Amino acid sequence: MLDKLKDFLSHFFVTGEPMIYGADVAILLTLAGIIFVLTYLKKWKWLWREWLTTVDHKKIGIMYMLSSLLMLFRGGVDALLMRMQLAFPQWHFLDSNHYNEIFTTHGTIMILFMAMPLMFAFFNIVVPLQIGARDVAYPFLNAVSFWLFFFGAMLFNLSFVIGGSPDAGWLSYPPLSGMQFSPGPGQDFYIWGIQISGIGSLASGINFIMTILKMRAPGMKLMHMPLFTWSVLASCIIIIFAFPVLTVTLALLFIDRFFDGHLFTMTGGGNPMMYINLIWMWGHPEVYIVVLPAFGIFSEIVATFSQKKIFGYKSMVFSMMIISVLSYFTWVHHFFTMGAGANVNVFFAITTMAIGIPTGVKVFNWLFTMFRGRIQMTQPMLWTIAFIPCFVVGGATGVMLSAAPADYQYHNSYFLVAHFHQVLIGGVVFGFFAGLYYWWPKMFGFKLDDRLGKWAFWTWNIGFYVCFMPQYALGFMGMTRRIYTYDFDMGWGPLNVISTVGAFFMGIGFIFQAWQILHGIKYGERDVTGDPWNGRTLEWSIPSPPPHYNFAVIPTVTGQDAWWTIKKERKKKKAKETATFSPIHMPKNSGIPFIMSVFWFIAGFGLTFHWVWMAIFGLTGVGACLLARSFQYNSDYYIPVDEIRHTEDSVGRVG
Amino acid sequence: MAYATAHHEEHHDEHDEGIKVMGFWLFLVTDCILFGALFATYAVLVNHTAGGLTGKEFFEVPGFVSETFILLTSSFTSGLAVLSMHKGKIKPLIGWLIVTLLLGMCFVGLEIHEFQTMVHEGATISISAFFTAFYTLVSTHGLHVSVGIIWMISITIQLKRYGITSVTKRKVTIISLYWHFLDAVWIFLYTVVYLMGVM
Ligand code: HEM
Ligand SMILES: [Cu+2]
Repeated sequence: MLDKLKDFLSHFFVTGEPMIYGADVAILLTLAGIIFVLTYLKKWKWLWREWLTTVDHKKIGIMYMLSSLLMLFRGGVDALLMRMQLAFPQWHFLDSNHYNEIFTTHGTIMILFMAMPLMFAFFNIVVPLQIGARDVAYPFLNAVSFWLFFFGAMLFNLSFVIGGSPDAGWLSYPPLSGMQFSPGPGQDFYIWGIQISGIGSLASGINFIMTILKMRAPGMKLMHMPLFTWSVLASCIIIIFAFPVLTVTLALLFIDRFFDGHLFTMTGGGNPMMYINLIWMWGHPEVYIVVLPAFGIFSEIVATFSQKKIFGYKSMVFSMMIISVLSYFTWVHHFFTMGAGANVNVFFAITTMAIGIPTGVKVFNWLFTMFRGRIQMTQPMLWTIAFIPCFVVGGATGVMLSAAPADYQYHNSYFLVAHFHQVLIGGVVFGFFAGLYYWWPKMFGFKLDDRLGKWAFWTWNIGFYVCFMPQYALGFMGMTRRIYTYDFDMGWGPLNVISTVGAFFMGIGFIFQAWQILHGIKYGERDVTGDPWNGRTLEWSIPSPPPHYNFAVIPTVTGQDAWWTIKKERKKKKAKETATFSPIHMPKNSGIPFIMSVFWFIAGFGLTFHWVWMAIFGLTGVGACLLARSFQYNSDYYIPVDEIRHTEDSVGRVG
Repeated sequence: MAYATAHHEEHHDEHDEGIKVMGFWLFLVTDCILFGALFATYAVLVNHTAGGLTGKEFFEVPGFVSETFILLTSSFTSGLAVLSMHKGKIKPLIGWLIVTLLLGMCFVGLEIHEFQTMVHEGATISISAFFTAFYTLVSTHGLHVSVGIIWMISITIQLKRYGITSVTKRKVTIISLYWHFLDAVWIFLYTVVYLMGVM
């Protein structure tokens, strides 16, 4: 009996790695610390009332942001571990199995649990404010989306200490990810972690499309919308077309594993290439899902800090819409080597190259906006300017990869690794950083320190080039991706050392940013105006941080750059506007999204270990939560006029 | 738009319900893509029987034809329910919903029976890619119908409790959209899987 238990536990928990024991201890200590602090400060009730049950889109956005920064840290540590392993030939810092687990979790976490939620953070915090709305279309569903993401991410991260991590790459190609080659629970952690958070992403896609189409302030036509909002719309359209495919793909992989199916196996008539087609039908659009909002962010920032209207607004909108359609027809470029034949490859090579055109249009528009503008070199602007050359190089190497015959050469080499990091870091991460610096005062009411910001900026940027430029060369020298060590006589040593040094520079950049945030909390310059950058769009017309109803009076919009227009009018009239308030209709907080996601987590855990009883228990709980919600009839309330007047007074706005 | 003017409060509810129905249409779009991906997988793997059994040997015409007939009828009765709702008649509304529910349950029962016989005769999910794809596609639809049944029961109870209000009206509209959608998917299943399977 005792032996059996021991045997079970030694399989259940990941053992035999000093680093993992260290992590175990760190996790336990952190948890204990959090529990202690919350109890000591008597904050449990506050946590539940203000955060865990909130349906306020701004708070949900902040929770998205915090979780994704945490995930950036975890993914970043993974990256550094890998770079350390690769720094020297014949180095044995990690073993091959551990290396496989790390590149798998790194890729998955960076894209699904870092980039996606950071993007949703901006959707939540910015979109309703930019379109003059008090909320998103479905506030309750919005909370559900967040908690599904959160518990999905937790489930995935758990694999690190319980059961063992997945090791079949971030897209988990079968047959490697099938039962035969990956019998442990790692692969199922992958499937259910992503599946659960993916449902949340799909729901967010629907939510924001409806928010943008139906909740705009009176007078705001589609062609009056800020470009960030447009980019969100484009991204959400891709989400609702791409994510159902991901859901199916993961479900099918699970069916193969759990029911002993033969969809993607080597035996029984299965076809692994079917999986690869399906997953890239989601995977390629996915990169546009995360990069389009970054484009939107750059557009806002360039206009604000050049103090000019954006150049070529219409072509910007048009190019984003084209990208959102084209992105769906390029997936085969990830496996030109599949053997589909020349015609198929040519089609996909052309669609891929075609995406370069609208993207180029955008770059020129940003440049023309800056041209003859009065440019202010603020932190958001710095990141924007750094992005442009980086993305141009990334785009150029992308076009090189999209030439089908050449791809036979670069396929799965370090050239590819360098390319996708260049677009993902230079495009997505830099974009989201720019957005963080830009909207930080709006979210929290204070600015982040400039000097620390510049340090972070330069360490990140120098680190980036030092890390990834050598990798292009390594690719040409024949180094392939996903190898964990190499021989002295390959001659790859020097470039790899340089690359690792660069990675550590980026790590230092991240530390500067963490420091910057802590510093800001203590000493940050307060933003009392609500409009620290002399902004152009509606989010800058309300106090920072905004009251939970956002707009005391919904503005009427007459054209692009609504807030800019209002400011100009006010200057002309020189009169303060007096407003009459009316009661505001708001949704009530609810614990259901949180509880339901806990049940999803339980179900996912059960499915991971193939414990059917636990899965059934979890899924029943999910169903019960849905029913409970369906029977909940009074889920909103009105904020009385007095309260609004009081709040507005206290932030210095007279009604 | 939603909160535009002070006089908006009374109309507020209706507007909210309208947005929810539109959101549901978007959800149906995503569900279409989900089924599309499953159909595509099925189409790719339909001949991958690993040299073994094919669907032709197992699909029974009376079985799937009666399933089709029952599901189409239930779609019709759910339509009648919505008609009664628009006339403001609660009793026939609930009545037709119950008829729809019963038909839906019959459908699921028949499908389970069909699967059981097939498995009994040796056509399990794990004998070939074709059968894995078949069971996955058909049971995903069946699962949708089952969820719809539970959902519809909950709405029927709410109708009994609260009568026809703007909220329950929206709920009935949505569930009937969902039901018609499943019907449409079934027509594809019927054609692509069963008819082409026995031909
Ligand atoms: C911050 C600096 C980063 C460094 C130093 C870094 C480093 C690495 C390394 C060494 C690999 C393994 C390559 C191989 O062995 O084949 C890798 C893979 C990968 N990285 Fe990063 N990375 C960083 C940031 C990111 C970001 C921000 C993203 C996405 C938003 C990302 C996405 C990926 C993906 C998808 C893979 C492929 C994983 C796989 O092969 O399955 N990385 N990265
Ligand atoms: Cu691609």
